[in-house]
Amino acid sequence: MSAIAQPIPQGTIASRVGRRAQDWIPALAVFGLGIASWQWLIPDVFHVKRFLLPRFSAVMSTFWHQRGLLWSAGWFTFKEALAGFALGCAVALVVALVLSRWKRVGSAFMPYAIAANAIPIIAFAPITNAWFGLLSPWSKIVIAAVLCFFPVLVNALRGLTSVDPESIELMRSYAAPERTIYRRVRIPTSLPFVFTALKVASVLAMIGAVVGDYFGGSTRSLGVQVQSSVSLSQFETAWAAILVASILGIAFYSAVALAERLVLGWHPATGGASE
Amino acid sequence: MSVVSIRNLSKSFGGGRVTALQGINLEVERGEFVSLIGPSGCGKSTLLRIVGDIIEPTSGEVTVNGKTARRARLDRDYGIVFQSPVLYEWRTVAKNISLPLEMFGWDRGRRARRVEEMVRLVELETFEGHHPWQLSGGMQQRVSIARALSFEPALLLMDEPFGALDEMTRERLNLELLRIWAEIGSTILFVTHSISEAVFLSTRVVVLSARPGRIAGIVSVDLPQPRTAATREDPRFFELVTEVRERLHAAGADEVLEEAAFE
Repeated sequence: MSAIAQPIPQGTIASRVGRRAQDWIPALAVFGLGIASWQWLIPDVFHVKRFLLPRFSAVMSTFWHQRGLLWSAGWFTFKEALAGFALGCAVALVVALVLSRWKRVGSAFMPYAIAANAIPIIAFAPITNAWFGLLSPWSKIVIAAVLCFFPVLVNALRGLTSVDPESIELMRSYAAPERTIYRRVRIPTSLPFVFTALKVASVLAMIGAVVGDYFGGSTRSLGVQVQSSVSLSQFETAWAAILVASILGIAFYSAVALAERLVLGWHPATGGASE
Repeated sequence: MSVVSIRNLSKSFGGGRVTALQGINLEVERGEFVSLIGPSGCGKSTLLRIVGDIIEPTSGEVTVNGKTARRARLDRDYGIVFQSPVLYEWRTVAKNISLPLEMFGWDRGRRARRVEEMVRLVELETFEGHHPWQLSGGMQQRVSIARALSFEPALLLMDEPFGALDEMTRERLNLELLRIWAEIGSTILFVTHSISEAVFLSTRVVVLSARPGRIAGIVSVDLPQPRTAATREDPRFFELVTEVRERLHAAGADEVLEEAAFE
């Protein structure tokens, strides 16, 4: 409380980069060890068979030689994930606004939303295939959307309703209508909650799209690539496809995290100093 | 004409089961600094919120500037300061101060000029670009005061604004508040549970009894203006503190007496 504002010690750029590098050394060492044991320790010392885990170099070589096919499949599935994310999150945010505004409606629906949040939605994937057609991207988009929907709804609602009462009293003293209270107080207060949920949702959307593919989908999709490669004993291709899915998943998560940093620059937790 | 006029005001909660305030009559004249003091739970904060039309009374009448409390709120006749600063974390100091001005549709240039004046008034000149979490508690409360005063309300409602601060900061902000009050000449209604703070700041101290809150007495503070750090050592200051304490005691407010023992 009594921490007087003071400039964050900065030093020169070079010394900061140096310090950064030192912080990263342990993580890089673990990464190197992991790759080395994948390449040599696991196949040569533990004699783990190729169909269980192919050598790192073999996966890498497949990843390189089949890059055209893999990335186009990856892009195909990523688009499903992205569409599902956009749809699920947009609907969740609108529903959260409605439920927070009309508390009666909110308290009627909330227990079910929280319960639904605990349901393994992915179990519905075969059903959505039946609803929207096996080869239609919509069956995957919908499963990804439903996966995103509940965590975003629950978090956004919590954010919108966790405003401290004096903030609302202050707005009341300015004779602010409800719409202004939302714009000036409730929505900004909810943003840290919403971004936490969006990060979770970005991961879930990718899982939903890939797993949706497993239950049948276009041959151009990544999930189908993984499945058919395994059935053809092309384990390197399956692992390379999983690598593509991981890279896309991490990129998606990072994009949302970056958006969070840009939007919540003011927030102490995001480390945003004002000057 | 009184700035605040309260007649036969009562407030009960829970469908009449708990009576918070009973039969309150009070007139606050222009330029006065009136403190409400009483044990916790006596309804002093409730009374302040009723004047601000944030809570509705059960019965009785409140007028502010000769209008109903509702009309006065809609006309933005008062500024309010709470115990917590209630600053918006995503806004800088300058942006927090200009919040009401934005809402009242002031243009950019006029807003910038007023924010500059306010920042100077509360002596936070180099902190305009800072975010609230970068400030100390006392500085945050000064921002909150600047925001309340930014649109020049005729009345300032303050609900234990220094209650969460340490004694040193509180005494400094007391002096600062008096300087601001003298400078802008507004009327202040101030809730506190500190006897010495009430006596030091006020022109009148209104003593409320324990629940249900009734006015147990009003002490006129005849200490000379402007008040300074030396005022706290004035024998008259001690007499008045004793007088307020005795009134509180008579009103059955032993809790405040315990707190006062530490001051």
